[in-house]
Amino acid sequence: MMDVLYFAWVRERIGLPKERIEAPGATVMDLVKQLRAREERYEAAFADLSALRVAVDQELSDFDAPLAGAREVAFFPPMTGG
Amino acid sequence: MDIRVQEAPFHLGAETDGFARKQSGMGAVVTFTGIVRDLGESRLDVMEIEHYPGMTQKALEDIAEEASNRWATGDILIIHRYGRLRPDEMIMMVATSARHRSDAFQAAEFLMDFLKSRAPFWKKEITDDGAEWVAARDADEDALTRW
Repeated sequence: MMDVLYFAWVRERIGLPKERIEAPGATVMDLVKQLRAREERYEAAFADLSALRVAVDQELSDFDAPLAGAREVAFFPPMTGG
Repeated sequence: MDIRVQEAPFHLGAETDGFARKQSGMGAVVTFTGIVRDLGESRLDVMEIEHYPGMTQKALEDIAEEASNRWATGDILIIHRYGRLRPDEMIMMVATSARHRSDAFQAAEFLMDFLKSRAPFWKKEITDDGAEWVAARDADEDALTRW
């Protein structure tokens, strides 16, 4: 069981800020593949991974990062703070 | 270290004065303030700033921690707002103190470079032409390599 969060245009494209995923898979990439296969809006949001960043348990991470023990994964575009 | 993520405006003068007065033995205080500006072709009405509440505070603390490890800073203040901001409103500020100005300047620049592309904020511009997410610039990412 894992919380998956979306921010900025990823949230808008998918149409929700947060959802729970039962079996996310072993890595972030497994989770991405599962989400892509769902519906076109997910496929569109995850079409270009170079335009996305991922955080695992609120720390910036990589798409090949393992998800064992993780409680929260977030997907978002490159950050624009400051 | 004082890190605040807030929707409310802040008072630059009062914050700077309060920060400077708290320091002891510090010869330099440097501040930077980011302001909503309208540089696009269409008139900016509102800048919406979204953030990742669970992560933002920690990410800013990590960046400040890194700056204080690299330079001989006395103290660091970061205030970053989110929500709907109008042109000319202040978005954020950093303040650094150090015994000598070089450490204070460099730590402030480092904080700003990392804040831009490592703190989970996203800006959306609402103009008279519609709404658009501000794209991260390659130059912002490249700026990190100099540190």
